Parts: sequence; C-alpha cells; structure tokens
Amino acid sequence: MRKLLIIILGIFCLSTLYAQDLFNNATVNGSFQTDVQFYRPDATIGIYDSTIAGRKIGINGFGNMIFTLGKFKAGMRYEAFMTPIAGFDPRQEGNGFPYLWASYTSDLIEITAGNFYEQFGNGLIFRTYEEWTLGYDNSMNGMRVVIYPMKGLTLKGVYGSQRFFWQKFERNNRGIVRGADAELNLNDAVAGWESAPLRLTLGASAVSKYQRDADPIYNLPENVGAFSGRVNLGAGNFNFMTEYAYKINDPSALNNFIYHEGQAILSSLSYSQKGLGVVLQLKRVDNMSFKSDRAISANALDINFLPPINRTHAYSLTAKYPYATQPNGEMGLQFQVNYKIPKGSLLGGKYGTGIAFNYSQVNDIVRNQVNDTTSIGQEGTLGYTTDFFKVSDHIFFRDINFEIDKRINSKLKAMVQYMNLLYDIATIEGHTGEPAVEAHLAVADVTYKLSSKNALRVEAQGLWTKQDEGDWAALMAEYTIAPKWFVAVADQYNYGNPVKDHRNHYYTVSAGYTRESTRLALTFGRQSEGVVCVGGVCRQVPASSGLTLTLSTNF
Amino acid sequence: MKNLFLLLLLGLLSLNISAQESTLPKVMLKTLDGQSFNTSGISNDGKPIIISFWALWCKPCQKELDAFNESYEEWQKETGVKIYAVSIDDSRSTARVAPLVKGKGWEFEVLLDPNGDFKRAMNVNMIPHTFLLDGSGKIISQHTSYFEGAELELYEKVKKLAAKK
Repeated sequence: MRKLLIIILGIFCLSTLYAQDLFNNATVNGSFQTDVQFYRPDATIGIYDSTIAGRKIGINGFGNMIFTLGKFKAGMRYEAFMTPIAGFDPRQEGNGFPYLWASYTSDLIEITAGNFYEQFGNGLIFRTYEEWTLGYDNSMNGMRVVIYPMKGLTLKGVYGSQRFFWQKFERNNRGIVRGADAELNLNDAVAGWESAPLRLTLGASAVSKYQRDADPIYNLPENVGAFSGRVNLGAGNFNFMTEYAYKINDPSALNNFIYHEGQAILSSLSYSQKGLGVVLQLKRVDNMSFKSDRAISANALDINFLPPINRTHAYSLTAKYPYATQPNGEMGLQFQVNYKIPKGSLLGGKYGTGIAFNYSQVNDIVRNQVNDTTSIGQEGTLGYTTDFFKVSDHIFFRDINFEIDKRINSKLKAMVQYMNLLYDIATIEGHTGEPAVEAHLAVADVTYKLSSKNALRVEAQGLWTKQDEGDWAALMAEYTIAPKWFVAVADQYNYGNPVKDHRNHYYTVSAGYTRESTRLALTFGRQSEGVVCVGGVCRQVPASSGLTLTLSTNF
Repeated sequence: MKNLFLLLLLGLLSLNISAQESTLPKVMLKTLDGQSFNTSGISNDGKPIIISFWALWCKPCQKELDAFNESYEEWQKETGVKIYAVSIDDSRSTARVAPLVKGKGWEFEVLLDPNGDFKRAMNVNMIPHTFLLDGSGKIISQHTSYFEGAELELYEKVKKLAAKK
C-alpha cells in the first residue's frame, strides 16, 4: 500500500514538473450515486422499533472514476454501505475500494490487472458482473488478457478470485477461477466471405475452478472443469443461436453433495422484418450451479450465469412474482411475437398499433433413481439419472401475456396488458407446502400530453388470485415537466388478503429533479414486501416505511 | 485512512489534468445478428450522434426510443443526426431484442452490450441515459431519465450542433 502511494505521488510530481503535455491529453470521467433510507416504525405493516433495531438510517453509496491516457486506463470504485439499506445482505456493511484496475489496450492486445468483469458467450460457464442497486457483485480480482491475432478472431484468458462482500481472499478461503475463450467470426476471418449471405460465428470456452478438498468424509474434485461451445448463424431475416455447456461432477451445498455431472443448453431462433419480430427460445439446465466456494448456497460467488428466459416485467404487480432460474434442473420455453399493424390500415389507424404476445413456461426435469437402494439426490451418490428430452409434469412457472400499445391522437397514448400467471411459490421462494399461485393480471398505462413539455401519466393495475396474499390493486399518477421535473403519487392496496388485518395500503409520494445527468429523487411512504428481480438476480425486499432519497450524477 | 489518502491523491491527480472533453471509450459490442462491433466504429461523417442506453425491462427507455423513432426521418432530413440505441439486456433477453426492435419498426442502429462493458465505461448509473456527441465524437451533453416531450429539448441541441458545423 505504501509503495503504491509513493508511486502515485511520484507520478503526480512528475506530471506537475515535466509532463504537462502528456496530461493535457488525459481525461477523467466517473459517476456517483447515494441511496439514503430513513426508516420509521409502522405497526400496521408490522414494522416496530425492534424490526429497525436501531438502524434508523440506511445509506448505500458509490463513487466511480476512470482515468484515460491514450492506450492506458485506470479505474476505481469506492463503496460505502453504512449501514446497508434494508433488504441488502448484512455482509454488505463496510466501506472500501472493491474495484481497482489498470489496463492497456492496443489493436492487438488488451491487458487488465486488478478487478474486472467478463462474460464468455451467454455466460453459461463464466460471467462476472455487478448489479449495484441489488448489491450483487462477483467481480474477478486477477488478470485478463484479450488478444486479436487476426481479423475475426478474439482470444481471451482470465484468472483470479471472486469478490465475496468485503472478505479479502486468503489461501484456501475460497476457490480460484481460471478460464479461456475463443470466438471466430468466419465472415471477418475468411477472405471473400465479408458479404456472404450466411453470417457465422463460432465460439468455445473452458473454465476451471480450484478449491482445496478439506472434507472429512468425501473425496471431492479439487479442480472442477467446465466447457462450452456455441454457434451463431444468421441468414437473411433469420438468426439462430445455440450454446451447450458441460461441467464435471462438482458436489456442493446447493446440489446436496451429489457427484452428478452438469449440463446446460440455451437455443434461440428468431425471425425479424420491418414491423414483425418472432422469437423462440429453449433451454435445459441440469445440475449447473457453479460457484467458487462449494460450501455456500447464498446468492454470491457465482462463476456462471444461467439466464431465466421468461419476460422481465416492468410494472410493480406484474413483477411481483418473478421467476428465478432453478440451477439444479429445469426445462424452459419462451415464445414472443411483436407486430406493428401498419399506419393507415383498419386496425392500425393514423399512427399504427403495436401488438406483443409472449408465452413462457418452465418445468422440472425428470430424475430417475441410480439404482434401487439409492434415493434420488442422495448425498454422496451420483444423485440421479436423467433423460435429456423428457419434461416433468411439474410446472415451476408459466406466463402468458398480451399487450397492445397505441397512440390514439397527438395527445393521447395508451398501453394495455393482460397476463396469466402460474407460479410455484414453494419451489421458487422456498415456501414449502404452499400451493402454486394462479393469477390473472391487467395493466393500463395512459399518457396524456397537456403541452409539448407537460404530461400526465396514469397507471392502473390489478392482480387477482386465490393464493398467497390474494387480490391487489394499484394506481399511480405521475405529472412530468420535461426534461426536469416529476411528481407522482401511488397506492398499492392488498384488498383481497385472506387475513383481514393485512388488507393494507402501500402508498407513496415521490418527486424528482433531473438536470443533465444529475438526478435527485425523494420517495415517502410504504414499500410492500416482494421480490425484486433485475439483471438475473432476485432479492427479497422486506416491507419498509419511511423516506428514501436517491442522488446520482455522472461526469 | 490509507484509502482516504489514496482518494485524495487521485483527486489531486485529476485536478492536475486540464479538463478535456470526453470522447468515446473503445469497447466491443455485438450487433443484432451476433457480429462484433467496436465502439470506435460509431461515427456519422461529422454530423451529430445520439447514443441512448436502454433495455427491454425499461418502459421509459422504450417510450423515449418510440418518440425518437416518430421524428427520426424528419430529424435526419434536417440535421443528418444518427441514433445508436445500446441495449444493456443480458443473455436472458438478448435474443428478444432484435424481434422487438423490428416489431416496433425502429429505424436506428441497435447494439448489444450484454455484460454492461460499454455502460460501465460510459459511467451510466441508470437508464434511460442519453448522450449527444458532436461530429468529431466528443460528448457534448448527457441526460438521464425520460419524460414525455424531453426529446424536443434534445433535438434543439442537435439543431444547434448541426448549425455550428
């Protein structure tokens, strides 16, 4: 640390004395964000002084800076979660620089030392990323090299350890990750193929995790290898993509220490032309959880990313029951059509009408006993056998939704959506024994332009179900003065809760000011309990009550 | 304490650097048909460029892009402006981006940033986040969030830039 300071001081002095010209070419940019939450007790929704436990204020904040000088770059992010906002992992509490890096980039090579984010293909065997607002960060701390040896060919190599909240890496306290990836774009690589009607990209990757086996009972693999291959083929308006991944046996807390191998496949076929888009996606996941510590089951230290392929909803009630990938096994299908009824036609009217239909379903895989004396998933055994193409009758999730959006005249725009949902709450949220939620939902979102810059937007939502918390209704009105001001009032009312005392209102009042890229927003009210899913990870947000302030800027 | 010292030093270091208008960082993205695309390829013959970060799960982003699309023909005729819409959807939904873009009839360039590399390099905290660049690729202004009618203010800036040239 002291050495580093001396070096930086040295650079600083040098730059002042001799290198004015050099630094005249340098740039610095960055961003800041702070979320502050003031809590108050609210007995009606079950928040007492004891729930808050003295933590009257939660503050999450970060500052990010990137320094660029020609081909050299360096960056850092400072974070302080003191104390973390409710709903974040308590292990987030702390402050420091979790993200420090320097890199050199030329046309041939790119080297990064320090912390970095990287993804191979679709991430089925390797993806590190951050979702700051959810408190998720599995960044690598190590080195990365990217080489472009010829046109169309990209080679990548990475190694290091992963971030685990604020815990520093020490020998054997978690695994080490190494990986390599190659991607070949044949249209760029082969002379004469530049404008071929077929566009073909091939890719392959390998990742290995090293973690010492200190288990007193089992003989565990210390080096776990995972491999994947992918193809992207485009022809005219069609595009086909598939990636297959395989992992050797990797007994872990998440799979109940079975010696079963892992597999995953993700495929998509799409057709797009002006005004019409159709896509079909399929996936199968079998025992594919891959973490750099086999002992943890928390949402951290993931080496890979198994994307849930269902639609990510954007309204509070439609997003109330979001799906999360079941890494131990699932088979899913997703089909979507987007169509724009042209302007001037009977249904299209003066402005055209947008239609979207989406169907997704995820089932369990079929597991059979390895032999008569071993039960399915029994610890320390091969676990089960499975037929690649067989689908179990057990439905984890099904979402059928239909959406129409239309500009009615120069002032009025509207969107309506219907959604039919089946959600296996026992599997997805671990509420063992609870029946699956069957729900109908409807949303209407209407915007009325009062003048060129003033607009009123109203959002009405309903969720009707006999299970879980019963029926909900939500209403929101937002007034905006573009591009700077907004004020909104909203209420979510759990009017159909089977428990009469829990038929609560969750009201909020919010206002915000945005200038350029600086944004300040204030929200006062009650947040209902729910799962928030963004970017592939989900987090349980407890009910809260109070004032929330968000300040964000970018330079 | 040491960290604080480091932060101060970095602060001093940055003070020492005379302010420069930022240009675009070089990052590898994907096109909708799976080809690689280097952001150094973002150009428009010396005319203004708009870069807008969005995602399938972001309703205001799509409203903003719909608003751009409604006026894009006219804007292009008057100023020659070119729009790049950068989707930060990850592998859960990248396959659905092209069908949505075509289904909505968007006419501008759409790029994929599936692991947020470009987003991080541009210090984007929230989306929608829109950058306006002049013809030489310098960032002139930026704005986060979208409200109905905000596209008019942006277009005023585009017109000023186009007239300057």
